[in-house]
Amino acid sequence: MVEFDLSMSQYAYFMVVLLMAIGLYAMLTKRNLFKKLVGMVTFQTAIYIFFIQGAVRLKSSVPIIDEEIGMSAAQYVNPLPHLLILTAIVVGISTLGVAAAFLIVIHRRFKTLDDQAIMGLMKEPD
Amino acid sequence: MIQQPSTIVRTVVNLLVPFIQLFALYAIVHGHYGAGGGFQGGALLAVSIVLSRISNGAESLERFSSTRATVIAAGGMLLFGLVGIVPMFFGASFLDYEGLPLFWVHGAELRYLGILIIEVGIALAVFGTLVLIYDSLAGDKW
Amino acid sequence: MRLLGFALVSLFLALMVYATGGLPDRGNPEAPGHENVWHYYLEKSMEETATPNVVTAVLADYRSFDTFGETIVIFTAGLACIVILMKRLK
Repeated sequence: MVEFDLSMSQYAYFMVVLLMAIGLYAMLTKRNLFKKLVGMVTFQTAIYIFFIQGAVRLKSSVPIIDEEIGMSAAQYVNPLPHLLILTAIVVGISTLGVAAAFLIVIHRRFKTLDDQAIMGLMKEPD
Repeated sequence: MIQQPSTIVRTVVNLLVPFIQLFALYAIVHGHYGAGGGFQGGALLAVSIVLSRISNGAESLERFSSTRATVIAAGGMLLFGLVGIVPMFFGASFLDYEGLPLFWVHGAELRYLGILIIEVGIALAVFGTLVLIYDSLAGDKW
Repeated sequence: MRLLGFALVSLFLALMVYATGGLPDRGNPEAPGHENVWHYYLEKSMEETATPNVVTAVLADYRSFDTFGETIVIFTAGLACIVILMKRLK
């Protein structure tokens, strides 16, 4: 049996999970395609926050080497998650741009962004 | 027809844009010593242009065309690729900055300079690409 | 439809909250994620690259091939935007 700890040590995970659930709810139930996209970005942001809070080590400093703190690695937080998320954010913005471009093309073709209406329009020949 | 923003908005934006660009340059070159770097600086540069596009409309498009943004993005990628390939002609491996042909610096200093060149390349690529995405999404009807 | 989605999301939320019980505490210095190569980067970056900011040193030097790939992805996304929204030939 897994023990639950509702104290300070676990609250960050609950916030991340809540954000993920909001994103998933928007992706599942909203009918407007752009709202689905916003849900996807919310989900993505939850993953970013999860990675960033995974880098934290208590009583440690930011990973910029300072003479006063010393050269020992134990004095600094883990730099790898920061680095991975730094690139992931910019790539996420670019892919968001491509997704928005697809939505513009869909709106030009069908004059709507409602997914049920688009499914209906796709079946009938033009 | 999109309504043109008021004079106050345009004046304030025109006043802000140079300062944003100055801070972006600071973010790019200060990446070695603190928060900053190519991605952040490039995003800030792109934001300054997008802000000008939103408030000034077609006038901004004349001053900084999307063709120029494409050239800048491709130039940043080319700079990154060249820094990767040039060391291979001097006996080092791909992206090994100690093989760059800058013969007056050695070792750690050379890698420091290589990082700076790479950051500038990344910043140019991100800057051009974000302006490009904004331009193609917004279209040319102002 | 909305009720079904709500039920599915509630199930997902319960599963995820259950899974957080197995994760290490926030800020635990002995968490499994902190047993990697990052000690090397923090101890060597000053002498090998003369760069105090370890994030920049790893981004642009130790893992620059990865960054090269990411930059190619960004550039390709920009080109894809142009190609998708290009005016079609009638």
